[in-house]
Amino acid sequence: MSAPPPTEPFAGRAYKEGFHDDIKTLKSVPKGLSHAVVDYMCDVKGEPNWMREFRHRSLDLFLKQGIPEWVPGLRDEFHYDEFTYYVSPVEKSSRRWEDVPEEIRRTYDKLGIAKEEQKLLGGLGAQIDSEMAYHNIQESLAKKGVIFLSCDDGMKQYPDIFRQHFAKNIPPEDNKFAALNAAFWSGGSFVYIPKGVKCDIPLSVYFRINAEQFGQFERTLIICEDDSFCHYVEGCSAPIYTTNSLHAAVVEIYVKERARCRYTTIQNWSTDVYNLVTKRSMISAKGVMEWVDGNLGSKRTVKYPSCYMIGEGAHGEVLSLASADKGMWQDAGAKLVFLAPNCSGRINSKSISGHGGRSSYRGLVQVARNATGCRAQVNCDALILDPHSRSDTYPTMEINGDLATIEHEATVSNVSDEQLFYLTSRGLKKEDAVSMIVNGFIEPVVKELPMEFAVEINRLIGLQMEGSVG
Amino acid sequence: MNETFEIVDLHARIEEREILRGLNLTIRKGEVHAIMGPNGSGKSTLANAIMGNPKYEVTAGEIRLKGENILNLPTEERARKGLFLAFQYPCEVPGVRTANFLKLACNARAGKELDTMDFYDKLQEKMKVLDIEEKFVRRYLNEGFSGGEKKRNEILQMLMLEPEFAVLDETDSGLDIDALKIVCEGVNKLRGPDIGILIITHYERMLRYITPDYVHILVEGRLVRSGGPELAAHLEQFGYDWITKKQ
Repeated sequence: MSAPPPTEPFAGRAYKEGFHDDIKTLKSVPKGLSHAVVDYMCDVKGEPNWMREFRHRSLDLFLKQGIPEWVPGLRDEFHYDEFTYYVSPVEKSSRRWEDVPEEIRRTYDKLGIAKEEQKLLGGLGAQIDSEMAYHNIQESLAKKGVIFLSCDDGMKQYPDIFRQHFAKNIPPEDNKFAALNAAFWSGGSFVYIPKGVKCDIPLSVYFRINAEQFGQFERTLIICEDDSFCHYVEGCSAPIYTTNSLHAAVVEIYVKERARCRYTTIQNWSTDVYNLVTKRSMISAKGVMEWVDGNLGSKRTVKYPSCYMIGEGAHGEVLSLASADKGMWQDAGAKLVFLAPNCSGRINSKSISGHGGRSSYRGLVQVARNATGCRAQVNCDALILDPHSRSDTYPTMEINGDLATIEHEATVSNVSDEQLFYLTSRGLKKEDAVSMIVNGFIEPVVKELPMEFAVEINRLIGLQMEGSVG
Repeated sequence: MNETFEIVDLHARIEEREILRGLNLTIRKGEVHAIMGPNGSGKSTLANAIMGNPKYEVTAGEIRLKGENILNLPTEERARKGLFLAFQYPCEVPGVRTANFLKLACNARAGKELDTMDFYDKLQEKMKVLDIEEKFVRRYLNEGFSGGEKKRNEILQMLMLEPEFAVLDETDSGLDIDALKIVCEGVNKLRGPDIGILIITHYERMLRYITPDYVHILVEGRLVRSGGPELAAHLEQFGYDWITKKQ
């Protein structure tokens, strides 16, 4: 077979979200991280003292902590001083779309997050750089007591619920990037679903980075009370610059007894963005948590959505889908931590590496001594599109509880010449054949998604794999 | 218009090994030809070279589809121009539903988006011909199919794509007698003035159900003898030794 033609650069060809707009900055700080920046943020946000102390303490922790040994590379790739830690183009989060500054609305229009889309959603939030520009919820849900606010507003309007849960699941001591987020957090969502309330239509938030060499640190806190349900969906994108940006989010979820929460992410950062995120759910008895984690963009992703099963009969599930194209390294995966008896968990991971991209599955299944009779099932499949690309699997299992049933299966496959010849012999173009094979590979995960996300994921992956040669 | 498929002095090799050494054959529309040959005579190389498998290198000669040399065309162009290969070993494509794949293939062949209802009507009709049950086309393409199901799927694709010239590469291998009959009936349904068919096979048994107009014997990369259907019968009786000893 002849040598593959040179591959097209990812940027500019497939990434339609790579534009940037001139949006007037209202508030910002000098580049670099410092206690002065923390104080500035507390002042402009008008935060209570406990939060100011928390932020300062977190910054100290961040400066003290090293990057964990197992996080590959990173250390020498960027300097924390190259980023700006707070940039706000808005005065406040609006509840009416018309009140959002016009230039920001224009950006969101281009991204297709038009106002009409709200009709399909229970609530919509739109963050730009450090702050939420828009956050609103349908009247019918608000009447049932569902709270859907920016995290900052959640702290101010519901201080008790907020403080009971904030950083209890992911304290700043947890890891360096959680500490970084704790020091500089801004924006993100505060979601509260009261007992027994089923929030059937998704709550959705879109995160946009517009500023250059910027750090976005949104923080999301979701509390599903007993017997409640919610589906939270997040998407994101950023312009293409020649410099780096940083996104270090923290997402804490509490799934109380018999409640169910589904959290869907379609991560589509530009290849400028380091995406270092900590996501964790605490699941009480008979509660169900489902993470659907699609990582399709970023320069580097380090993220392992976690399920901590703390009540008997809890169930945690992670569907992880990673696509590593040129210039990307997706270090994704999942954690299942069994801390109570008779819990179950499932990880289903699919990764695709093409055009020299690299993806890693990193997973942990941990069963505590008292967590008897737990069941875990892990499937991870990797598809490698060409010899320049790479895939690795790092599964860790620590089983201390009795009567555990643990299954682990992993496969690695290539787009074979035989498959390409077969499909092209029926008249399909080579790129369509590759796209068909790739979409077939992720089908078992995608078919579990609601239609609109499935379509979006297929579209994004299809775009990335244009020009791939097996 | 030149309604022929011509192979002219074809030389082809795989991994530096010359397999085809000057093969000549002309098939007109309406005709069914059979090429029979012992193991290693070049049967699969011929099928793959016709369809443009990049693993096989054509070193000399021409393959002309209606007068046009197609050797420089990529595989998908050959398919779009009406050439079809029923694979000896159809490969599995997990996660891709057979019906979805067929629809895209039919669109590619037609050069336009086909009406979905028309497509499904036609699919139902062709599935009946091949005695294929409803859920077959909802399964992932060839994944977990038995040998017989895979071959049936090849013929289904052929009926759907309506090629002008079709090559059947050892379609009889791996088929039990009932499946063989059904598959051959399917081919016979397609047989007619609008298509030329080339059956490549080791055994004569497929030719009991599809009577070819011409039979050719392939030995060491060349057609060494041509005749009518009786040649196949003769070969079955006396074996390939009969011909190779004569060489």
